[in-house]
Amino acid sequence: MNLFNTSKLNVKYQYLISLSLVLITAIACFLASSFIDYKIVALIFLMVVSIIAMLFDILPVLAAAVLSSLIWNFLFIPPILTFHITHAEDLLMFLLYFFIALVNAVLTFKIRNEEKKVRDKEEKENTIKLYNTLLNCLSHELRTPISTIIGAVDTLKDNKAKISTSNQDELLNQIDIASIRLNRQVENLLNMSRLETGMLKPNLDWCDTNELIYSVIQKNTNAHKQKIVFEPNENLPLLKFDRGLIEQVLQNLIHNAINYTPSTTTIQISASLQSGNYVLTVSDDGYGIPEAELKLIFDKFYRLPHSKTGGSGLGLSIVKGFIEAHQGTVRAENNKTGGASFIVVFPVDASYLNNLKNE
Amino acid sequence: MNKAEILVIDDEPQIRKLLEITLESNDYKVWQAETGKAGIILAANHPPELILLDIGLPDKSGHEVLKELRTWYNKSIIILSVQNDEADIVSALDNGATDYLTKPFRSAELLARIRLAIRNNQTTNHDSKLICDDLEIDILSRVVTKNKILLKLTATEFNLLVLLAKNEGRVLTHQFILKEIWGIGSQTETQYLRVFVGTLRKKIETNPNQPQHIFTESGIGYRFI
Repeated sequence: MNLFNTSKLNVKYQYLISLSLVLITAIACFLASSFIDYKIVALIFLMVVSIIAMLFDILPVLAAAVLSSLIWNFLFIPPILTFHITHAEDLLMFLLYFFIALVNAVLTFKIRNEEKKVRDKEEKENTIKLYNTLLNCLSHELRTPISTIIGAVDTLKDNKAKISTSNQDELLNQIDIASIRLNRQVENLLNMSRLETGMLKPNLDWCDTNELIYSVIQKNTNAHKQKIVFEPNENLPLLKFDRGLIEQVLQNLIHNAINYTPSTTTIQISASLQSGNYVLTVSDDGYGIPEAELKLIFDKFYRLPHSKTGGSGLGLSIVKGFIEAHQGTVRAENNKTGGASFIVVFPVDASYLNNLKNE
Repeated sequence: MNKAEILVIDDEPQIRKLLEITLESNDYKVWQAETGKAGIILAANHPPELILLDIGLPDKSGHEVLKELRTWYNKSIIILSVQNDEADIVSALDNGATDYLTKPFRSAELLARIRLAIRNNQTTNHDSKLICDDLEIDILSRVVTKNKILLKLTATEFNLLVLLAKNEGRVLTHQFILKEIWGIGSQTETQYLRVFVGTLRKKIETNPNQPQHIFTESGIGYRFI
């Protein structure tokens, strides 16, 4: 398939390369003309034109066919160095050569067109497949909490007298959890659609990153059993990025770490400035991620096989989208000592006003 | 004491019902309006202690209603907004909204904001001494103490602290603070504001990374508590 990428080359280069290939072949054959019969030269030219036909668009190929036939006539068909052809047999051969070269070019062109159609169809099928995954995943992710809410409300309404107070409280609790989950998924979807429509423009402003990280940790304090460790880096200057987006990035990474590691895990967060890049790491000492999946987990709707229910597969793709909006990258690694690390890197402006003492 | 009256302007019947029950069971009297127009008329006939205003109304935008109300109504207006709309919130705050809540919000949060906003209606903040937990600010003699220990603040830090503390509980937008402290024309210099908030936090907060007084409202401004 790699061969076909050459057809994306600038048309100018296609002409240049095909014509020079013809010229080089002509020179080589001319130098060797004492060993090679001029009829063999025609076959060599045909081969070169066929190769060109496999690589480029139809017009550069036609140009190569015309040029090669003229060169063959001029340099190789006796009398050489004229366009004159004396033998009827040679004239027939010249016309045949010209015809075969053209047919060759047109046929290859047609085959390539067919292949493109097949590829387009495949792409379309993939889009439909993705769309179906989206619908399945969405209906599950949205309907589960909605069913919980509707069911719990029905039970509370219809059997009010029969349910113990503690069970009533439990049902109310379930409604609460379901609504939070529903809200999170809706937020994910809204973020995803902001990314998909290209409407997302980071609103850059100066941020105190230590405070930002603490505030996200604080938001999650009631949601986990794991230990979250963060050693603030007091030397960090103010950094310029979209606070809302990076907050969401950190929230999604911490949410994942909490949801996909055992309760005895320690989650470690660190932030630093390394040669103009902000580096944010969330690592854990949990189960880690199978090597083959490390790249896939950032794909939309991708979830690790056998991962527990509850999750849309959108969290990490949103992280990736938001970081790419900051011209940065995010990657996942397995730690040597066990567990996984998510490393976010993006270029930032740093403030040097930090030591401003007075006005 | 009479029940404080609250006017709810929201076009969603469910939200109105929810607010009605929540507020009435917390001893407020609730008036309701479905449209901006009806809300303005109701507010003019029965000036309430506080208005809860939805920013996405069908007849005219909440922003217009807010501007119209602010021509004569000087008590608290809390706006209700949907998430991911920082610019909307900032513009409402700059047009005189007292506070904001994003849907979905928790009842406890709503009630806390309402209590605070109504309290701010009643207190005229001309006191020369402000006390917030461990902090004491004497505006006239320009002295700030934390747990009775004197803090050394620069003039700008002091002005910033007084501005924030005078508006306790209220979110102040970056633009508003910049205009008040550094004057007109400096509204783009948010970097200075961040730096001064940072140094001020280092002086007044027990742990500057986990502030208990100056809270960051992402993309909007700061709130002093």
